[in-house]
Amino acid sequence: MILQQSGLVVDSVTGVDVALPIAGPGARSFAFIIDWHIRTILSVAWYIVAAMFYNGSMHINAPLSPDSAWFVYVIAPAAAIYFLYHPVWEVATRGHTPGKRMAGVQIVSKEGGAPGVGSLLARNVFRLVDSFPIAYAVGLVTTMVTRHHVRIGDLAAGTLLVYVHDGASLARYSADRPAENQLDATTAEVVSELLQRWETLDNAARRRMAQTILADTTDDDAVLRTRLESLANGGRP
Amino acid sequence: MTERAREHALKVTLLRRSELWKNAANRTRRLAGKKTDDAADAISMADDYRMLAHDVAKVRRLLPDSRAREYLETAYAQAHANLHRPAWHPGYAMLSLFRDEIPAVVSWLRPHIVWATALFILTVIAGYSMVHTYPDLIALFASPELIATVERGQLWTEGLLNVVPSSVLSLQILTNNIVVSLFAYCAGFLFGLGTLYILGLNGLMLGAVFAFTRLHGLDDDLFTFVVAHGCVELSVMCLSGAAGAAVGEALIRPGAATRAAAFQHAALQSGKLILACVILLVGSGVIEGYVSPNPVFPLWTRIVIGVSYWLVMIVLLNGWMFAARRRRGGS
Repeated sequence: MILQQSGLVVDSVTGVDVALPIAGPGARSFAFIIDWHIRTILSVAWYIVAAMFYNGSMHINAPLSPDSAWFVYVIAPAAAIYFLYHPVWEVATRGHTPGKRMAGVQIVSKEGGAPGVGSLLARNVFRLVDSFPIAYAVGLVTTMVTRHHVRIGDLAAGTLLVYVHDGASLARYSADRPAENQLDATTAEVVSELLQRWETLDNAARRRMAQTILADTTDDDAVLRTRLESLANGGRP
Repeated sequence: MTERAREHALKVTLLRRSELWKNAANRTRRLAGKKTDDAADAISMADDYRMLAHDVAKVRRLLPDSRAREYLETAYAQAHANLHRPAWHPGYAMLSLFRDEIPAVVSWLRPHIVWATALFILTVIAGYSMVHTYPDLIALFASPELIATVERGQLWTEGLLNVVPSSVLSLQILTNNIVVSLFAYCAGFLFGLGTLYILGLNGLMLGAVFAFTRLHGLDDDLFTFVVAHGCVELSVMCLSGAAGAAVGEALIRPGAATRAAAFQHAALQSGKLILACVILLVGSGVIEGYVSPNPVFPLWTRIVIGVSYWLVMIVLLNGWMFAARRRRGGS
């Protein structure tokens, strides 16, 4: 839940501040590890395919006296994929990478908006410092000790990582139809969530929860579900 | 009406607006990261933002631990990001960078550039004096292979193109130079000490190698090799050092701002100069790969190339390349 997390609070012209939950070292590391695997796999895949094309066989060994074609078509693109993965993705998508998307985080400026290109490039250049001495040790330690859980590149660029709750859903609150039995917000959310997860829940568990909400002892799942749906839609259970 | 009943009524009224929230959130998601010229989109975005702000304020008070709040906070943050996303015109941004911003940074960094250049020259002189006086000290600055080659009366650059093609050589050299330049900039984070170390070490090495080649009568050959690419390459070394020194100074003397704010400002401003340095190093790497090791080019041609490219650098860094556009824009 948002409320328990440390957050960035940004002033807004509306007078109502914008609250952004800040991603900690765990989420950052998770995103980085996914990205690292993606760029490593892509880079190695390029090398293998390009080397096989270059050699004209299924071998991927480097030639004894490599010519410019070997460097230009095999080595340079593979290195470029590995080293330019982060800056290119982040600039192109204004703060996202596949790993960050999967981890549910994104880069934002301290004003809560998308960071500028200059900031994104600066935070990537400072990876040179953050990656010292091995395995991003400097970056990891700084994310643990800084208030906004940022690494040195973020300090330089004025950026930070926040959680994105793209999947946040809204319960059915029987908004438009006249309510014969208006649910309070908390119960409406519980009913809505129970109905959303109905198929994935264990039979006994969902029956027990439905019976508790409806104050009913019926054992028939179909009846319980119908009554819950009626309740969620503003009718009588 | 009791307080409890009043609050319940407020909650019910608030939650009845959930369809409006869904519509606003969908519109926000649709417009995120997209360009639109539709005025209706802009108006609806502003309206959504106001509406979401209003309801976020209410839901924070009435339903602080609900999913409704989580949903609204997310939609509101996304609307805020959309509305505050700056316009992005790559062409204009590049023009503005090279016409106005980089010259302004160069002007701001002038004292740092002077000090970095002075330090670099001093360390070159120091390296030269050390090896000239005590030739054995060259082992501190150069590899055994390089020393052995020079002692045989040859430069390590001779026949370089027979070993490595120009394109590969250029790529290797420019990559290496760009990494050194970026390191000199980033190392400013260590209160400027890292930058001073990189700048000083490069100066000492250059001076030491020149002194060593002079002892073996190869200094003219080394000058011939270096002059075409070296004018810009060494200048860029000093510029990167100046950028790193500015980052370090921001941490040592942040002034009225906080240390973090001063660091951010210095890093972002001097980073613009680093971008120009990277571009200049690409050209310098191409010269070093194609011209410097090629014996076809006589000394005067190399001097013309080196000095011309250096003048291009001066013109670029002072914004004179786009001065006509600035005048037109100003008038």
